[in-house]
Amino acid sequence: MGMLPMLAVMLPVLAMVAAVPLGARGAERLTLAVLPIGLALSIVIAVIVQLTQAPILYHLGHWAPPLGIAFRADGLSAAMLVTTAIVVAAVAIFARADFGTASGAPERRQAFAFWPLLLALWAAINLLLVANDLFTLYVGLELLTFAAMPLVCLDGSRATLEAALRYLMFALLGSVLYLLGVALIYGAAGTLDIVLLRERVTADPPVILAIAVMTAGLLAKTALLPLHLWLPPAHAGAPAAASAILSALVVKGSFILLLRLWFGVMAAVPLPDAAQILAGLGATAILLGSVAALRETRLKLLVAYSTVAQIGYLFLMFPLLAAVPGVSDIAAKAWTGGVVQAVSHAFAKAAMFLAAGIMAARFGHDRIAELGGAGRAMPVTLLTFALAGLSLMGVPPSGGFAAKWLLLSAAIGAGQWWWALVILGGGLLTGGYVYRVLASGLRSGGAAVPMSTPVTWRRDGMALGLAVISVALGFLPLAAFGLVQVGQLDLAP
Amino acid sequence: MIADLLLVAAMLIVALASMLARQAFTAVALFIAYGLLLTLAWVRLAAVDVAMTEAAIGAGLSGVLLLGAVRRLATQASPPPEQPPGPAMTLLIALGCAALAAALGAVVLLLPNPAPSLAAPVAANLPATDLGNPVTGVLMSFRALDTLLESAVVLLAVVCVWALTPEGGWGGVPGAAQPVQRDGPLALLARALPPLGIVIAMHILWVGADAPGGKFQAAAILAAMWLLPWMAGLVTPPPIAARWLRWTIAIGPVVFIAIGLAGAVIEGAFLAYPPGWAKPLILIIEFILTASIAVALALLVIGTPDTAQRR
Amino acid sequence: MTSATLFGLAGAALVGIGLFGMLVRTDPLLRILCFNLLGGGVFLVFGAVARRGAGAGFGGDPVPQAIILTGLVVAFAATALAVALVLRLASAEDKR
Repeated sequence: MGMLPMLAVMLPVLAMVAAVPLGARGAERLTLAVLPIGLALSIVIAVIVQLTQAPILYHLGHWAPPLGIAFRADGLSAAMLVTTAIVVAAVAIFARADFGTASGAPERRQAFAFWPLLLALWAAINLLLVANDLFTLYVGLELLTFAAMPLVCLDGSRATLEAALRYLMFALLGSVLYLLGVALIYGAAGTLDIVLLRERVTADPPVILAIAVMTAGLLAKTALLPLHLWLPPAHAGAPAAASAILSALVVKGSFILLLRLWFGVMAAVPLPDAAQILAGLGATAILLGSVAALRETRLKLLVAYSTVAQIGYLFLMFPLLAAVPGVSDIAAKAWTGGVVQAVSHAFAKAAMFLAAGIMAARFGHDRIAELGGAGRAMPVTLLTFALAGLSLMGVPPSGGFAAKWLLLSAAIGAGQWWWALVILGGGLLTGGYVYRVLASGLRSGGAAVPMSTPVTWRRDGMALGLAVISVALGFLPLAAFGLVQVGQLDLAP
Repeated sequence: MIADLLLVAAMLIVALASMLARQAFTAVALFIAYGLLLTLAWVRLAAVDVAMTEAAIGAGLSGVLLLGAVRRLATQASPPPEQPPGPAMTLLIALGCAALAAALGAVVLLLPNPAPSLAAPVAANLPATDLGNPVTGVLMSFRALDTLLESAVVLLAVVCVWALTPEGGWGGVPGAAQPVQRDGPLALLARALPPLGIVIAMHILWVGADAPGGKFQAAAILAAMWLLPWMAGLVTPPPIAARWLRWTIAIGPVVFIAIGLAGAVIEGAFLAYPPGWAKPLILIIEFILTASIAVALALLVIGTPDTAQRR
Repeated sequence: MTSATLFGLAGAALVGIGLFGMLVRTDPLLRILCFNLLGGGVFLVFGAVARRGAGAGFGGDPVPQAIILTGLVVAFAATALAVALVLRLASAEDKR
């Protein structure tokens, strides 16, 4: 049982390594073979964590921390492992039309690169979810960056190469700042294990500076405003399948690590003032990101700016958690709200990018004003976009609603009503930009759109499936969200 | 102490000069000097394993990589320069960086005394691995997962570099064509050094279990022994479509993971070695990994396939 | 002052120098170079931590030493990746 998180990491790592000599066609088939195993592993992990109400602990090589490295899959890990496996699987099936290799066909560059990169991304995110050692997590961050960067510029155009370079610079700076913090924490506490650090760290200058530089580095990778400049061109320029993964999952990897730092390592040392600043940046991101999306003329850029805004919501949980010490209903609501936001945004945004990709491919462009006729020619695609949009807005019943409602009631419960206003305002702005796309798509006319083919049906099916999940999360009984509370370090005595 | 002070002063001056250099070539030359000074610093910090890695990879391979890039960029139209920050902004950035450096310096002085350390647990558990070199013990046993993941990262980096191949170049010979140098110092080195270098690399790999050294240092030296004749135009790298090339860079991580999984089955923990088998298994991993990493490091320096070279 | 502290302070200064270069230099290749200067500073701070942890007959704490070694290889891979991207971008500009 303890081996499951290890297998969830090593399966995609092994597949990624083996995919390189197998070549494009072999890599594609290997990926498709590995997907159901990985999905099953993550579901079993979630079931075990839910049933035992305890995190799964695993010592690699029998060496216990501080000397060795531990894996620790708690409720947050389990929820995100399942999310990751589903999104990766849907995107992989979606991507076969773009990156598949027919039998006997010569290997193409994009096809050779895509599958190992997808597997590496999956491995990196799973590693970031279950590793409990700050340096192993650094290696995971680098694995994530290396896998994400070529996806940004897979089509090889100059604009995407520039976007990739900008992204790489931000990401490398972020990693090296994180590593600086790792050095200081080791110097202060003599271990890098998060559970041990929770017992050992105090509010000493080395620890505080370490957390400050690590937070700055991770914010650059998570693209929280004002460090978001790299995101829109990078996520909008990538092929649709890659955009979906980048926006849905990659930015969450560094965010989860941030949660581990603030509410794992520093669980015993709350930093309420700094948390207010983070949430302030988050609130600004919600408003400015939404306004930028509202004014955008290109569909994929609109969806990318929507990511900038939705990332902002994630940071509202910080002051709500820091304000109320220890076990409390409000803290539990804020934590669950933030995690459900991460999960539902992952599904909704992956669906939205895939839908945007289908539209852009069929129209041959992604100018929002010229999407007329989409409603008739591709109703399923537009429906996908609408459902994903509802979840992002926070309209009940949807996963986005559950997340925003929990954050809202936590904000009011903690006496920080101003965040509630931001949540409501952000929802209205989101409604505005989703409506713009739908209104344009539902207009009649426009150029003749090619007929749909079985390939597009499969692609539509994947996108719609993700959108439906993001909405269906809202139908889950509240007790199901209890999963994400399991093993949270600041709730431990 | 005075020697250390001089070393630190030299390091800071070289770094500053490299950062401020107007010419890219000067900056890179100074950067290589910086790497060599860092190597000395690692010796002074009693980290000989790190010193060897720094010399081979930090100064050596990075230097070759950056020098090659400077040369290739010089023949191409220079990219339109991004607008540098204005003087006020520059001053602000400088103040910010100085503040960070000062805070960091203060924190270095405030680190707890006596320093927390894992030296004692490493010493206590090292006999279980049959290794004499504690750093190798950490890399191959206590924190073997990091090493495994790192070998996957290096492989992934090669995929990333290849993924940047321009249209029409896929499957071809990687890197820019090197001018053939039949004689001259580089050609001489390229012919004379590899046999010696391979012997040294094998020695460093072999002693790495018990003395400073190990796979990364050996792999970097082996990579250099391939890069030298390549730079002299004496050898052509194999095309990236070659199956054997791809297997060579993948086999190290594959074997590492396979042995790790075998440990999970037999010993009940991933990367656990059965008693008495630790050292032979570690040596097998290190040998195969050295080959894979050496080729991967060289391929990282050689770079992306070039359309011009296909013909 | 011990030599560990001295090199730790040098690392701190190098972090400042490298970060400044990364933010102010506009040539992407020089930015990558400054990233490496910054990385050298970070590793040196870590090296000072390792040296301070000397004991049990070792000249330094082997755990951070091993971590630095791993970090050096990862940093090299990152550098190679960034350089390849810069070269690719330059050749794309050529064709325009």
